[in-house]
This record gives sequence, structure tokens and C-alpha cells, in this order.
Amino acid sequence: MKKYIVKRLLWLIPIFLGITFLSFAVMRLAGGDVVQQMAENSGITLSEETLEAQREALGLDQPFLVQYLTWLGGFVTGNLGKSYVSGQEVFPAFLSRLPATLLLAVTSVALTVVISIPLGILAAVRQNRAADYLIRLVSFIGNSLPNFFVALLLMYLLAVRFPVFPVISTGTGWKSLVLPALTLAIAMSAKYLRQIRAAVLEELGKDYVTGARARGIPFSVTLRKSVLRSCLTTILTLLSLSIGSLLGGTAIVESVFMWDGVGKLAVDAIRMRDYPVIQAYVVWMAVIYVTVNLITDLSYRLLDPRIRLGGDAG
Amino acid sequence: MTGKRYGRERKRDRVRIRLWIFGILAAALVLAAFFSRQLCPFDPDAQNLSMALEPPGFPHLLGTDRFGRDMLSRIIAGARVSVFSALALVAVITATGTVLGVICGYFGGLADAVMMRISDICLAFPGLVAAMGIAAVLGGGIQNAVIALAVVSWPKYARLARSQTLAVREEPYVAAARLAGGRPGQILIRHVLPNIAGSILVTALLDIGTMMMETAALSFLGLGAQPPTAEWGSMMSDGRSMLQTYPWVVLTPGGAIFLSVAIFNLLGDTLRDYLDPRRLWKKEERI
Repeated sequence: MKKYIVKRLLWLIPIFLGITFLSFAVMRLAGGDVVQQMAENSGITLSEETLEAQREALGLDQPFLVQYLTWLGGFVTGNLGKSYVSGQEVFPAFLSRLPATLLLAVTSVALTVVISIPLGILAAVRQNRAADYLIRLVSFIGNSLPNFFVALLLMYLLAVRFPVFPVISTGTGWKSLVLPALTLAIAMSAKYLRQIRAAVLEELGKDYVTGARARGIPFSVTLRKSVLRSCLTTILTLLSLSIGSLLGGTAIVESVFMWDGVGKLAVDAIRMRDYPVIQAYVVWMAVIYVTVNLITDLSYRLLDPRIRLGGDAG
Repeated sequence: MTGKRYGRERKRDRVRIRLWIFGILAAALVLAAFFSRQLCPFDPDAQNLSMALEPPGFPHLLGTDRFGRDMLSRIIAGARVSVFSALALVAVITATGTVLGVICGYFGGLADAVMMRISDICLAFPGLVAAMGIAAVLGGGIQNAVIALAVVSWPKYARLARSQTLAVREEPYVAAARLAGGRPGQILIRHVLPNIAGSILVTALLDIGTMMMETAALSFLGLGAQPPTAEWGSMMSDGRSMLQTYPWVVLTPGGAIFLSVAIFNLLGDTLRDYLDPRRLWKKEERI
């Protein structure tokens, strides 16, 4: 296990270099002339000499690799440059909004677990009965709705038609949190329900369930003690698979509900062509994604004795 | 035993019927997208401010938007953009990913190692986040949204095709073809590709819906189709502020996205059941 953790941590280094290099290269190669952009954004026409001097000050006359390494050094030390629009440091602005996004993401994951585990088990236990069909139908509908439409539907139903929740978020109170988190949770639950149902069905078909029933152990006990535990690994796998779309989804949902997180910051930055902010967002999201994947992968091994005891060689 | 076979066959018939129904629905959607100009009852771009924000009724069956443009016509015109960009996107990533994956899986070696590392790095970005970044660099426009999504989505197919090729490569019939003196290109096209096509086709079909939602999401964020182009995502973004008073401006394009995504998802699900009947039998035996 220790060997495996060290191996995975070392593997992070090339991945991190790849992520940063790719983001840097794409933004720099296609991003156009930064100095020109800044001048256009500020609305002042500058002479060619001033532009040249500014390019030099930003290190844009250096070779590409040197620029990348300078930028990478800045990234590691938390210096991501200044926003073209506001002129403020990017990193503090990003950092101050990160907790809001994390709160939203964690809440939606918690909601997803609360919704999908009981309903998934219910659907499996009542296979081919009314409850099962209903749950499957709802999960299918959820799978075919884009999350910005879910956001607008919820907004229409729960904020406009029946005003329970505020239309746009006012601060980070729990009432403002419900609709954005629910939007993300609906998309994820739709996926999870299907998988949990299938996993439970497979588990219920195993001999030990019949054995437990033959020994007179109440079905609810088998369900709770054995079947539910085996679902945990399914949930973890799903979680590591859906973190990516969750992070992308937060951007959309945040900008619909005016939730002041990094996603909204990025969407606003995209409108203003504020490349340092977009760059910081993309790289940081990738770093978070890779880290969360690593954590789920490791806890997967901790939770599942078959992998923990058997597959340690890998 | 005979009863069970009978049950299986009946189940298979039902899957075949479903496949026909959803196949026809999907074909109808594609045809409607193709002939959208002819199907529109009104000119989708014609503004008529005296008729702005009319609720659904007659003659504007789905109402009008804030410029008095007929919503139904705009939705039909939008089908062209949404359906064809999703189809083109899936076709491009499936073809690229499959070719790369099959070649790397069959020959292995340095090219394989390099391709896998590149796909590792591409997969380290959350899909939509990376697509947002790329689309932001490329600028607005539906082509750029498609390019951005293609760049982030191909590794999935490359990996799928590669792992399938690795499995098929060791099969006796491939060894036989090799012994019979078949050239590698011939073996790949005649023996490897047909045997891995099924799972790739199902994945591709199931991805059409996802890709449709993601291109619409990029347009919704202002990164895809630009107004005044009739496209479902940008129509919803455009009408967002009017949700409170004129909900049809947002709800009808949303409904169009939902219906088309649902049709392609149903077709993908059914095709998977059809190509992999073991899934159905297993379910039946469990009861």
C-alpha cells in the first residue's frame, strides 16, 4: 500500500507539468498579443515604444520555455499575474471565491448520496414493480436534461411559481445554496441511481443473500450490513468519474444563480477575455480534479478488502 | 428449458421493435434538422416587434421571443445547428480516437506509450472546464465550440479502442490471419475493426446526447453559437432574464434539447441491449 501511494504521488509530477504546460501553451499561442489586449481593455491607445517596453516588463520577449518556467514558478508560489480587467492579483481573487465553489460541490455530492442510495436500493429491491419503473423513468429524464436547463426549471418552479427560494443567491446562506446544489445533485443522482440499482441487483443475486435468508436473518439486516457496504465502492467509483463534470457544472450553475464562486469568476472572465483568470481557473480545476481522483482511488483501496489485500503488487 | 428460450426470444423481439421505433425517431430528427429551412412555418430570423413576446397560441404555436421572432421556427432552425454539430463532433472524435487507439493497441511500442501519456494529461482536465478554456481562446462560434469539445473528448475513444484491440489481438483468428500472411493494415480493417465496432458504436450513440448538451452548455455560456443564430443553448441564455414573465422563451428550447437528447439516449440504450443480449438474459435469470 505504501509503495502504491508513493508511486501515485510521484506520478502526479509529470501530470502536473503536463497540465501546466498545456494550459500555458494554449493560452499563449492562441491568446494573441497580451499587451495589445491590455491596452484595448483599458481603452487607451499607446505608442509602439510603450507597448514594447511593457512587453519587456512582462517578459514576453523571452524564449517560450523561459516564459513557461517563469510562469510555473509564479504558479507554485501563488503568483498568477494580474487580471487584465481589474488589474488585481489573480490568485487572491481566485482563492477568496474557492470556498464558495467547494461548499457548493460538497453539498451537491452529499445531496446526491442522500437521494441516490435509498432510491437506488428501493428500485433494486422492488425490481420491475411500480416504484422501480418510476425511479428509472425519473433517472432517465434527469440524464437527458442539461444542467443549465435544470437550473432554469428549478428557478422557474421554486423561485418564480412557488417562491420558496431566492431567484439569485444573496450571500452564502443555506437558502441560496439549495437550488444550485440541487441542480448539480439532480444530474448526478440520475447517473448514480442507475448504477446503484444495477450494483444492488447484482449483489442480491449472490448466494450469500439466499444463504442469509435461509438462516432466517431478516432481509433488512442483510441489506444494511452487507449489500449497502458493497454499494460504497460503487459510489466511490461514480464519484471519481463525476467530479470532472461536477466541476464543469459548477461554472454553469454558479453563473445562472449568481453564486459567487470560481466558476462564475471564470465565466465572467471569459466574457471579458481576461486570460490570466481563465488560465488560473483551468489549471486549478485540473489540479483539484487530479487530487480528488487520487484521494478516491486511495480510499477505494482502503474500503475494498479485495483490492487492499490482493492487488497490492500494482 | 423451452419456455425460457421462448421468453428470451420474445424479449429479443421487443428489443428489436424498440430499436426500430427509436431508430425511426432519431432518423426523423436528423431529417427534420436537414430540411429545417423548409419546415419552418415562419422565417426564424424575421423580427416583428409588434408581435414581441406573444404567448403560445395561434398563429405562433410556441409564442414569440423579444424580437417577435416565431419560437417554433427558431427551434426547428436550431435543430440544424444542434443536431449536426453534435453528430459532426461525435463522428470526428470517434474516428480519430478509434484510428489512434487501434493502431497504438495493435503495434504498441513508443507511439503507444506517447499517445497514452498525452491522453493521460488530456484526461487530467475536467472535460467542460478544459473545453471552456479552449473555446475562450478560440473565440465564439459553434465550430470553435465543437473543436474545443473534440480536443477534450477524443482520449476516451482512443482508450476504449486501444483496450478492445489489445483483447482482440490475442484471439486465434487474428493469429491465423497473421500466419496466413495478412498485412497489418488488412488485419486491422478486416479482423480487428469489425470486432470492436459494436462497443464503440454504442459509446458513440450514447455520447450524441451528452455532446448535444455540452455544445448547448457552451453556447449558453456565450462560447458557442452567437446570437442571432438560432441555437437552443444561446436562445435559452438570451431569454434567461425573461423567465419570470415570459417563461416559454426559455422552456421551449429547453424542451427541444431534452427531447432530442432523450431520443438519442433511448436509441443508444436499446442498441446496447440489442448488441449485448447477455445483459437481458442475465436480468431475466435473476428474477
